[in-house]
Amino acid sequence: MKAKRITVLSLFCALAMIMSYLESLVPLPLPFGIKVGLPNIIIVFILCRIGIKEAIAVSLVRVILVSLLFGNALSLVYSLAGAILSLTLMIVLSLLKNFSTVGISVVGGVAHNAGQIIVACIVMDTAQISYYMPILAISGIVAGVLVGIMGNLLIKKFPKII
Amino acid sequence: MCIKYSMKLNKINRNDIILIAVLLCISLVALLIFSLTKTEGGYAVVVIDGTEVATYPLNQDTEVKLTYQNDFNLLVIKDGAAKIKDASCPDKLCVHQGEVMYNGESLVCLPNKISVKIVSDAESNIDIIS
Repeated sequence: MKAKRITVLSLFCALAMIMSYLESLVPLPLPFGIKVGLPNIIIVFILCRIGIKEAIAVSLVRVILVSLLFGNALSLVYSLAGAILSLTLMIVLSLLKNFSTVGISVVGGVAHNAGQIIVACIVMDTAQISYYMPILAISGIVAGVLVGIMGNLLIKKFPKII
Repeated sequence: MCIKYSMKLNKINRNDIILIAVLLCISLVALLIFSLTKTEGGYAVVVIDGTEVATYPLNQDTEVKLTYQNDFNLLVIKDGAAKIKDASCPDKLCVHQGEVMYNGESLVCLPNKISVKIVSDAESNIDIIS
């Protein structure tokens, strides 16, 4: 059973990496590479249906692999910050049991953007970048709702594998 | 145990709507405040890797190549607005950012560690003023 678990989780990780790549193909005219957050569909699915430890594992592995393959050391720091903040908040919300997948993924999306902005402010040593936070928050909310609905569909329709 | 746990989370419930509404309100209010207090920029301050390197007034048309180690960004100031015309970074997101002209806006190139922020007047702790 352990090998099957690892295999299925790796497949999900690969799916999440493909999502990352897909969303990097679309250059949005928003400040410095705002991402829609497509990989969160997979992460939310794993978090709500499989478990917390598995979600953490897949998310971290996805971030590390994507930066190794498609980015550089700096993009690793940004993505890691966003992923850690978003994972923490999503786990807290999922434990509270008051919110559904949509709420969790909205918080995840906004937290991801917020984490990246915070790291950008620290690296660039200028707090002015936070000027863009409202726009990022709104796009994070919209993206979070869409991602949450899609994650919901996945949770309901996906055949029971693990 | 896992399936029962996840099925409860599936429907959008009132808590979600409240959460989304609160977040939206905060963001919209902040956005409104930012856009209402927008003032036309005075100077473009170039910050490379944390240190302020140069300041350019927005009312003078300039074209300057900002370099850092092996990378460059081509900063163009024209008609009171600043934009990055070309850059050596792989994704060129900074070029896609377009023009900035209001105080508080900035052009950022994360891979090259270069940022250009618009301020209302030059502070006195800048070493080089070109």
